[in-house]
Amino acid sequence: MLQIKNIHASVNNKEILKGINLAIKAGEVHAIMGPNGAGKSTLSSVVAGNENFEVSQGNIVLDGEELTELSADQRAHKGVFVSFQYPVEIPGVSTTNFIKTAVSEKRKALGLPELAAKDFLKMLREKAALLQMDQKFLSRSLNEGFSGGEKKRNEIFQMAMLEPKLAILDETDSGLDIDALKVVANGVNALKSKDNAVLVITHYQRLLDYIVPDFVHVLHDGKIIKSGGKELALELEEKGYDWLIK
Amino acid sequence: MKKYTEEDLKEDLVNQEYEYGFYSDIEADKFPNGIDESVVIALSKKKNEPQWMTDWRLEAFRIWKSMEEPDWANVNYEKPDFQAISYYSAPKSKPKLNSLDEADPELLKTFEKLGISLAEQKRLANVAIDIVMDSVSVATTFKKTLAEKGIIFCPISEAIQEHPELVKKYLGTIVPQTDNFYAALNSAVFTDGSFCYIPKGVRCPMELSTYFRINEGGTGQFERTLVIADEGSYVSYLEGCTAPARDENQLHAAVVELIALDDAEIKYSTVQNWYPGDENGSGGVYNFVTKRGICHTNSKISWTQVETGSAVTWKYPSCVLKGDNSVGEFYSIAVTNNHQQADTGTKMLHIGNNTRSTIISKGVSAGKSQNSYRGLVKINKNAKNARNFSQCDSLLMGDLCGAHTFPYIEASNSSAQIEHEATTSKIGEDQLFYCNQRGIDTERAIALIVNGFSKEVLNKLPMEFAVEARKLLEISLEGSVG
Repeated sequence: MLQIKNIHASVNNKEILKGINLAIKAGEVHAIMGPNGAGKSTLSSVVAGNENFEVSQGNIVLDGEELTELSADQRAHKGVFVSFQYPVEIPGVSTTNFIKTAVSEKRKALGLPELAAKDFLKMLREKAALLQMDQKFLSRSLNEGFSGGEKKRNEIFQMAMLEPKLAILDETDSGLDIDALKVVANGVNALKSKDNAVLVITHYQRLLDYIVPDFVHVLHDGKIIKSGGKELALELEEKGYDWLIK
Repeated sequence: MKKYTEEDLKEDLVNQEYEYGFYSDIEADKFPNGIDESVVIALSKKKNEPQWMTDWRLEAFRIWKSMEEPDWANVNYEKPDFQAISYYSAPKSKPKLNSLDEADPELLKTFEKLGISLAEQKRLANVAIDIVMDSVSVATTFKKTLAEKGIIFCPISEAIQEHPELVKKYLGTIVPQTDNFYAALNSAVFTDGSFCYIPKGVRCPMELSTYFRINEGGTGQFERTLVIADEGSYVSYLEGCTAPARDENQLHAAVVELIALDDAEIKYSTVQNWYPGDENGSGGVYNFVTKRGICHTNSKISWTQVETGSAVTWKYPSCVLKGDNSVGEFYSIAVTNNHQQADTGTKMLHIGNNTRSTIISKGVSAGKSQNSYRGLVKINKNAKNARNFSQCDSLLMGDLCGAHTFPYIEASNSSAQIEHEATTSKIGEDQLFYCNQRGIDTERAIALIVNGFSKEVLNKLPMEFAVEARKLLEISLEGSVG
């Protein structure tokens, strides 16, 4: 489904990603782990199309379609979703209004008719229930005054509404207590199917107890230095990263 | 351009070739450029005004002559040449079009973006209106409904003829001729405007906007509006139009006076979208307006404004809270783009006991524009338990624009409670990227963020207008982020 081929990317002329290769098939869960500053979040930004990062080499292909030249909103329409580490606040714009705009923009781009208000509301309620979100959150300004856990839950709620092909969860576990972590992980697991894929970016193995990866990759200094099965995460938890970095 | 002084004016007056009698030809439909007493007299005559009105205008003119154009506002512009303006021209009839196909395609594009109905589009583009939507008959129906309630709503020139006792009693009582340079000029030469009187205990059954919009929009250069809400009455009045108003008149100096007698309420909403000039800042309307209302006991005046147009705006809708327990409100959104300059805000003068005021001001600056909030909250010595809450928020887009806040607070009574909050924020790249990542393009994202920012004010507009105003904000900011 997703092929990342020899991606080099820099910000302010400093190269952060130094040739990343990664292939994710539909139905798979991959985890990217690594120490601070390894380039984990940069990878997520580059796949999403953040223009602050300059891609000097390589390709990103989703379902046979070249993404590299597309803008962030076009990539979103193709099915890329990022659950952000630090979701932004947009005062005065309710979560409902925001996600409604996002859903209708995506449908418009895909040539689908606008969802009827009734169907949209039904979907909204179902997905909110999946994330155990209180209805009243939906009418509050997007992320404004939300706790860390509420923000992350809201991210996964949006993922549920947008039904992406590829969901990138960037440090989704940070700032979550164990109960919130379970709710978020259950939400992600419920959304998994044979047609989509999940890329989990995380520092700790804790989240991977709940969202179990098929593959684990270790990112260091802009390169993937080791790949393995889920047991690699446990090994890293035990030994740290030092043994891999010589 | 050098400053135009009184000396210059005198000299010009000497050099005027025409004599007083020149204007007796009341068939002429446009006066030559320039102003002096004879012009004021001729104008008054042209409008068939009673002597007291002519005298009032002359008094205003003499006051104006002794005044200097103010320059304290945070705006820069070339001072208008008052001798280069014609102070009277008969309402021009625009060429009638047979269908919308003949109208300016740019204009139609804007209408479409605003979501203006076809019938309305035709009216605005001056297309002969078909039988289904006969504006004359609709207007007549409205007039009938209003008349049944005893509501007077007519051009002020008509009111001077038909209801001189009301005009005489209230005109200039809130904004006197001496108030300021532009108010004095307006008092001398105003050509038309609206007059509205709501009798005791009557609740005006409709937004007076509806009526107003169906009539030919009064786009006089010097408009004068007088709204009187008698005891216990209510009226919601809306002026302006979201459709772009192009006008060859560069200077607009209107005066609006509101009188809310005991237990009355006036809600006055404005949407201003005068031509702001091109992206290089040339052309564009100067909008120098004086708006003020007086609140008697237990009454309330609420100003709501959406300002997106004009090259230079200078405007402070204010409330004189004279009566005990009276309430003043000011809700404003001012959007400036390109080279626009806006210096706008309000004055809340607390005179009565237990008076309350609320100020919510939202400024959005983009391009190379400058957006200033200027407000005064004044609590008189004898005003017990006055309360004010002010909130001024500025939103900046890009690095070349400016937002400024000039709040003045003068409290002379120690029982007053005054709160002031101000924030300045930028539309962040992270906010835009977040929206982009959700599939919302940058233009729509800006619209979403700006609408969210302006929500508290937009919510105060009458429903039908809020939708159009929202779209207007989006259009005003189009292309503001590259």
